[in-house]
Amino acid sequence: MISPKLVEVGRHNNIELITNSEVKGVDGEPGNFTVTLQNNPRYINPKKCTGCGDCAKRCPASAVNIINKGYNDRRATYIEYAQAVPLAFAIDMDACIGCGLCENVCLAKAISYSDKVKATEVTVGSMILAPGTKAYDPSQLDYLGYGKYPNVVTADGFERILSAGGPYFGHVMRPLDRQEPKSIAWLQCVGSRDTNRCGNGYCSSVCCMYATKEAMIAKEHIHGDLDCAIFNMDMRTFGKDYEKYFLRARDKAGVRFVKARVHTVTENRETGDLNVRYATDSGEMKEETFSMVVLSVGLTIPDTAVELAKRLNIDLDRYNFSKSEPFAPVETSRKGIYTCGVFQGPKDIPGSVTEACAAACLAGSELSGSRGKDIEVVQIPKQIDVTGQDPRIGVFVCNCGINIGGIVNVPAVQKYAESLPYVVFTDSNLFTCSQDTQEKIKEKIIEHKLNRVIVASCSPKTHEAMFMETLEACGLNRYLFEMANIRNQNSWIHSKSPELATQKAKDLVRMAVGRAATLYPMQEKRIPVNHRAMVIGGGIAGMNAALNLGKQNFEVVLIEKEPELGGFARKLHHTIEGGDIQEYIRKLSAEVMANDKVEVLLDTEVTGFGGYKGNFKTDVAVGKGRETRNIEHGVIVVATGAVEYKPKEYGYGESDKIITQVELGDLLEGKGAKDLETVVMIQCVGSRNESMQECSRICCQNAVKNALVIKKQNPDTQVFILYRDIRTYGLMEDYYKEARGLGVIFMRFNSDDPPEVKVEGDHISVITTDHVLQQKVEILADLLTLSAGMRPSDTKKLSGIMKLNSNQEGYYMEAHVKLRPVDMPGEGIFLCGTAHGPKLITETISQAQAAASRAVTFLAKPEIKLSAITAKVDTQHCVKCLTCLRTCPFNVPAFNTETKVIAIDEAMCHGCGACAGACPRQTIQLGFYNDEQITCKIDALLAGGM
Amino acid sequence: MRLDYPSNVKIIRVPCTGKVDVMYLLRAIQKGADGVYAVGCLEGSCHYNEGNFRARERIEYVNTLLDEIGITGGRVRMYNLSSGEGPTFAAYAKEMTEHIRKLGPNPLKHK
Repeated sequence: MISPKLVEVGRHNNIELITNSEVKGVDGEPGNFTVTLQNNPRYINPKKCTGCGDCAKRCPASAVNIINKGYNDRRATYIEYAQAVPLAFAIDMDACIGCGLCENVCLAKAISYSDKVKATEVTVGSMILAPGTKAYDPSQLDYLGYGKYPNVVTADGFERILSAGGPYFGHVMRPLDRQEPKSIAWLQCVGSRDTNRCGNGYCSSVCCMYATKEAMIAKEHIHGDLDCAIFNMDMRTFGKDYEKYFLRARDKAGVRFVKARVHTVTENRETGDLNVRYATDSGEMKEETFSMVVLSVGLTIPDTAVELAKRLNIDLDRYNFSKSEPFAPVETSRKGIYTCGVFQGPKDIPGSVTEACAAACLAGSELSGSRGKDIEVVQIPKQIDVTGQDPRIGVFVCNCGINIGGIVNVPAVQKYAESLPYVVFTDSNLFTCSQDTQEKIKEKIIEHKLNRVIVASCSPKTHEAMFMETLEACGLNRYLFEMANIRNQNSWIHSKSPELATQKAKDLVRMAVGRAATLYPMQEKRIPVNHRAMVIGGGIAGMNAALNLGKQNFEVVLIEKEPELGGFARKLHHTIEGGDIQEYIRKLSAEVMANDKVEVLLDTEVTGFGGYKGNFKTDVAVGKGRETRNIEHGVIVVATGAVEYKPKEYGYGESDKIITQVELGDLLEGKGAKDLETVVMIQCVGSRNESMQECSRICCQNAVKNALVIKKQNPDTQVFILYRDIRTYGLMEDYYKEARGLGVIFMRFNSDDPPEVKVEGDHISVITTDHVLQQKVEILADLLTLSAGMRPSDTKKLSGIMKLNSNQEGYYMEAHVKLRPVDMPGEGIFLCGTAHGPKLITETISQAQAAASRAVTFLAKPEIKLSAITAKVDTQHCVKCLTCLRTCPFNVPAFNTETKVIAIDEAMCHGCGACAGACPRQTIQLGFYNDEQITCKIDALLAGGM
Repeated sequence: MRLDYPSNVKIIRVPCTGKVDVMYLLRAIQKGADGVYAVGCLEGSCHYNEGNFRARERIEYVNTLLDEIGITGGRVRMYNLSSGEGPTFAAYAKEMTEHIRKLGPNPLKHK
């Protein structure tokens, strides 16, 4: 997953990587910082090192492999992991015996024992702190036995055990006896939500998901029966599509979720098995035995980051996270210095990537005046002319660690590829996407005069562009490349039948070889980019995106369907931290209106849409008069928002004493809690059920927030919160704890036994099963508040016009959950706010900044390259029947009355191939997908018999 | 998502199901494929407006052609789903495989 990103960063011309270095001090001010660095010696010159590994092979000194949590050894001369960037070895001087062997064997003359600590300086305009996280060290929690019992491992250690590049090469084994475990227990909240033993009161946000994922992968890796149990207080699977994953783990894969916090782990000395003692809800003590115990350790801030913050004068909170304001999530206390990732607060990968883009947005916006200076321009070598040459095909088969190699017989596939027509070279790699392999592919292309390249690995969706760049970098046209997807469409799918998977891999490679022989070079056209952006939706997300684009000197048209800006947030009052939402919206909308780059169109709807990335044309109907305007723009930011679900359950609408959380917010802001005696809140209303499987993410903190307001306004009011799992993730856990401290009563119910609600005169009777007493309890409330979930705004019409894809719940889909979390699948279209999925205002703001940042990567370019995958007409054989004109969904083909032929403008052509499919004489061919290039695949597939 | 589906399904990438030519479908049957199916976007949400409707039309047409020459039972099918529906993809792959198994091998095979 991370490999293509690493490679991209490694190859990016505007990124200078300075590794093995620490920031010692920062002087100056925003726009002009001088940063003092301490460059630590690696004793191997990364510029000379080829990453061949000869030094490590010969090194006689061994050292503990820290990245594999000490489960295996490495040499003193080492590289941390196979995909590392830069791919250069280093010498661990603590382990090195100074024998000089590595210096003797290194052909690149990269070893330099005399390397010293150096001090250097760099000048920068703004800074981003992303010092990352360290997993909590559970050795101080003696009752869990970590460090004492070998089969108790941390989750990050288990992650290494699962990894193909890990100590056991991806075979799940326990450290004590290298036996496959029969059962594994995960203990949640180790080093999180624990003020008692470790002082970390916050929730680490990620452990519930990673434990579930580890259980699923462990079950996949161990092909027999593996009992997986996850001991938790609350399952916090609150992210987009996470609940579905949790349900799949529980209901399909049979992962057990046990509601308990384990208090002791002891070892059976003979077997190495572990006895896990815990109390059930009813207080009964239980003991279970497992082969292995995984501690789901939380995220902490490493000491080095705390010291860094001190040197830079950055304020930290009591848990050492960077202090930030709810409406300025990625800004630190020092101007011009931004932050992202776990240093900002506990979060998962999509959240970190989003925040990283947001930090880049703010860092870049201060420097927008000097954009384009101090950068290098990519030099692409002249293309090798392959016309008239017979195909010379090279096939590179990937093991993908053990993702492919563990199931498919890769040597057999490689051997088979050798036997196929035109194949002159084959190779296999552990990770074909790693940077060193790119170099190897380039070498082989030159050495064997390859003019067609096939990589048999994973999905072209994620990796095709990268491999195509590798071809380009050594002068081969990028369209002389083909992928055989033997992972996503094969080894992952057919992991239970390795033989069938190997056979299918051969079939897929044969099809790719058949097609590769038909490929020919194609050239990409360059077109200018319109530097105006369109933002759809004037809520917090849309306003932030528009404002940040405006601040970077790009023209923006902001469209809002309502007569005023603000969106759903106009109905909200305070964040859980106490931030005044109304005041924020007032300030934000005033700033948006005052920015001369941003044009705001209220009461406006999209009525028509056309064009393509960099050159969109959108029709809008503006104002009461529905006046039509055509707007030309280069990018789109979609920020259409969400609304509160209108409950159908628990008697909503039957009594004015049954309201939603948003309505309660209004009530507390207005007349307050002074008349309230007993308030009951019911969670997960319209979420986590059949009609909406997903968690709405915000409702738990909403309930806690309102409960706190009630308790603070009127300590005598009794507040009951009936919940399934309390999901106050991250730093919001503190508020949950505060609410319990103030006497708010939290009662858990099961989804199959929901509370019953009856309206009885002036009161509402709520009957629920108390999870401790295991008895029905009746609460007479004078107010029932339903924590109604979120629903995406109704965007059916807009989605239809603009062809935007939504998931089952109606939220817009991102191009890739982790790698491209704010890009939409269509190029030049970006996404932010609750249109993407339920989220808090703070998260919305950073996502909107992220979307603006991604949009700038488009807008900052003078021109963009168009795909060469377009339709071309063979005018010699065309009979001008005009079928293509009638077929094209975008009216691109046109009859030129002067030349009397059909012309297709390649800048307009979307490359769908509809015309090519409809042309009765087959005189239209779509590049990269012409008839021969598809039928040869059919022929090659069926030549093998099915 | 790593969802299991039968390994006899092999995917040929096209930019849109609207690109699926009658010729491709017939070619596959002629060369001995037991079944062919196209998987397009949900009806109404084709990225290219109506590519998936064109594919459906062509597939129905190909089935009538096949019926005429005695290859009956609907060996060519159209399925629709959104790119977010991995489980549905796997379910369709299974459904199609079972459907073809019931029909037995393509009578044109090895002729």
